[in-house]
Amino acid sequence: MSTAEFAPDGDEHEPIVAPPHKVYPKKVLGEFRRIKWGIQLFTLTVYYLLPFVRWDRGPNEPSQAVLLDLQHRRFYFFFIEIWPQEVYYATGLLIIAALTLFLMNAVAGRIWCGYMCPQTVWTDLYIMTERWIEGDARDRIRKDAGPWTAQKIREKLTKHFLWLLIAWWTGGAWVLYFADAPTLVYKLATFAPGCGEAYMWIGIFTFTTYVFAGVMREGLCLHMCPWPRIQASLTDEYALNVTYRYDRGEPRQSVKQAAALRAKGLPAGDCVDCGQCVAVCPTGVDIRKGASLGCIQCGLCIDACDGVMEKVGRPPRLIGYDTEMNVKRRACGQPAIYKPIRARTVLYAALIAGIGGFMIFTLATRANLHLSVLHDRNPLTVKLSDGGVRNAYTIHVANMNPEPRRFVLEVAGAAGAQMEAVGAPRDAEGRIVLDVGADQTREARILLTIHGGPADRKPLPLEFSMREIETGRSVTARDAFLWP
Amino acid sequence: MSIDRHETNVRIDPLSGVSTTGHEWDGVEELNTPLPRWWVWTFIATVVWGVAYCFVYPAWPTASGGSEGFFGWHSRAAVEQDVAALQETRAPILQKIKNAPIDTIEKNPELLAAARTVGKVAFLNNCAPCHGAGAQGAKGYPNLNDDDWIWGGKLADIQSTIEHGVRWDADKDSRSGAMPAFGRDGILTPQQISDVADWVRTMADVPDALAPEPAGEKVYNENCAVCHGVEGQGNKAMGAPNLFDAIWLYGSDKPTIVKRISQGGGGVMPAWKGRLDDTTIKALTVYVHSLGGGQ
Ligand code: SF4
Ligand code: SF4
Repeated sequence: MSTAEFAPDGDEHEPIVAPPHKVYPKKVLGEFRRIKWGIQLFTLTVYYLLPFVRWDRGPNEPSQAVLLDLQHRRFYFFFIEIWPQEVYYATGLLIIAALTLFLMNAVAGRIWCGYMCPQTVWTDLYIMTERWIEGDARDRIRKDAGPWTAQKIREKLTKHFLWLLIAWWTGGAWVLYFADAPTLVYKLATFAPGCGEAYMWIGIFTFTTYVFAGVMREGLCLHMCPWPRIQASLTDEYALNVTYRYDRGEPRQSVKQAAALRAKGLPAGDCVDCGQCVAVCPTGVDIRKGASLGCIQCGLCIDACDGVMEKVGRPPRLIGYDTEMNVKRRACGQPAIYKPIRARTVLYAALIAGIGGFMIFTLATRANLHLSVLHDRNPLTVKLSDGGVRNAYTIHVANMNPEPRRFVLEVAGAAGAQMEAVGAPRDAEGRIVLDVGADQTREARILLTIHGGPADRKPLPLEFSMREIETGRSVTARDAFLWP
Repeated sequence: MSIDRHETNVRIDPLSGVSTTGHEWDGVEELNTPLPRWWVWTFIATVVWGVAYCFVYPAWPTASGGSEGFFGWHSRAAVEQDVAALQETRAPILQKIKNAPIDTIEKNPELLAAARTVGKVAFLNNCAPCHGAGAQGAKGYPNLNDDDWIWGGKLADIQSTIEHGVRWDADKDSRSGAMPAFGRDGILTPQQISDVADWVRTMADVPDALAPEPAGEKVYNENCAVCHGVEGQGNKAMGAPNLFDAIWLYGSDKPTIVKRISQGGGGVMPAWKGRLDDTTIKALTVYVHSLGGGQ
């Protein structure tokens, strides 16, 4: 089997671009395969079932735990509700995600790629399906090379049908995050009108899932994904990577030769050159050539080699999560060192904790009420017939609570000003009262009139405040009163 | 080194195993790497797409216009469809505005917000050229934000003014009221006009007003009080402005006042009934009223 030629210190006469080849990863069992299954089961379950989790927010709001309500511009995540003016939370999440990726990389290389990346998860699912229908690597190579028989056609059709089914289900789950899931499922199933957009997105995601996980597979990791390049520049000699311990494996030879050498008391490598590590690799990497851009750190070659080592009676982990530096150290007889705590991991962890903590703090202390004031610009001021001066403002009140609330509007800073709000009533005490519906915004036009005013005609700084009658809580916003 | 195309030095590159094109620049040879098949097919597909596009959609200019395309698709039709769809989504709230008595709209936050939005758009499209984008007015065009109304600032007054216009001859219900041209028609002498202008400026407390001649008061009482009132308070039924408030439509300087008295007349506003539908006029009325000057 050919291999992707990415090894940095391989033969310098190798072509720069790998010739196209098809990777037939072989089935493997072992510790890392089990971990991969576990993570896969978890991530896929979360992805497919999360939209159906309910979360009661009261009668005025949707009761879906995770919902991106684009129409009403709200994002619901369990007890958190994000309004459009709070999208900076998304920025924070993205920064944390990037830093987490950096941290993972500093500790254990590209494990994100090997275990959690959607491309890996779905590709693995697709390969499992393929293996179930068409058999393991050897069968598939033989069948692909052979003539088109009825069985081969049947198998291929079944495989692609199942792949499309998974893809369709994947795209279907995607749209459920953007609308009430059970309702949408019902509407989609009954071809209710108005679901055109949902069908379109399902179609797009079906197509991309099928192409990415079924057709492109490792090609996407090797040629399209930016992360290998980025991570290559972020990694250092202390990061754990799937490593072939050539100090132990070389010189490689057959089991018999090794036994003969050892019998004579001569050194012999543990690698029996069986090629199992390459055979199971989903990206077609030969890990024995050293660190490689194509390796997604999935650990399957570790499982494969451990199986071989067990059979030939040698200790496991000829391939293992290790550092390039340790391999060299061992070769010189020095003990291996592992340093997960170093400047960069501490820095990443501290940044994650800091930004995360800050986000949690702002989320916990954020006001569920928002007020903004906009001064009329055109005209800035209005002269009234009795010589008074009036300024007009548009205020926006956002009530982020799931119940309707009643507020009193007040203004400080303009002594003797008369305030009026177009359309807003006054209560018995003459205060301007605004009712804002549950989870809604309300706009009001405020007119402030001053007779006389200061001689120097300097703008008066104002503070508008909205006070909730029931709780007494208030928010404020600043503006100014201008003169002609 | 020059390229010699006649020299057949095609050879196999030992490193890549690929034949060369025979081109060589300073010892660098070009490999004969064919375009990938997918690339070629993609290219052909785009060409086919491009040609098909020219027939499916309007593309070619012809003597009488342009090709229609197979499906008769038209950007104008698409816009009309979009506009129709938009109107459909707006229909429920517009219907509510239509059905609500005009003086209840401001008490309902939902209707008020909708009416102000619809009204503002209509205002910017139709009224802003004269009254300004913020309805701040200009010389001769009233500021609609203040509390001085020539024809009345109640909802019904504003609505009527918008519907029928001011001095708009084509509408018999139009606001009418003409100030005589006291100078041009020789009703008053230039001296009398000057006197009355001084008197008006003094009564209105214009800062640089001169001490009035008693003759000015006499001229005022005999000629102007009939419409503008003894106190100068104006008369909304006739569109005679209040002369003694702080707001001047054309300006408070003496030459301007003299000119107004000499030439008479007044501004013209078109009637909008028939040009705008009733619901839009209603929304426009609410918008103008809510600007702050409404009475
Ligand atoms: S699986 Fe282990 S023994 Fe077999 S070739 Fe790879 S490294 Fe050598
Ligand atoms: S070399 Fe090993 S760890 Fe890397 S991708 Fe291949 S199987 Fe996975």
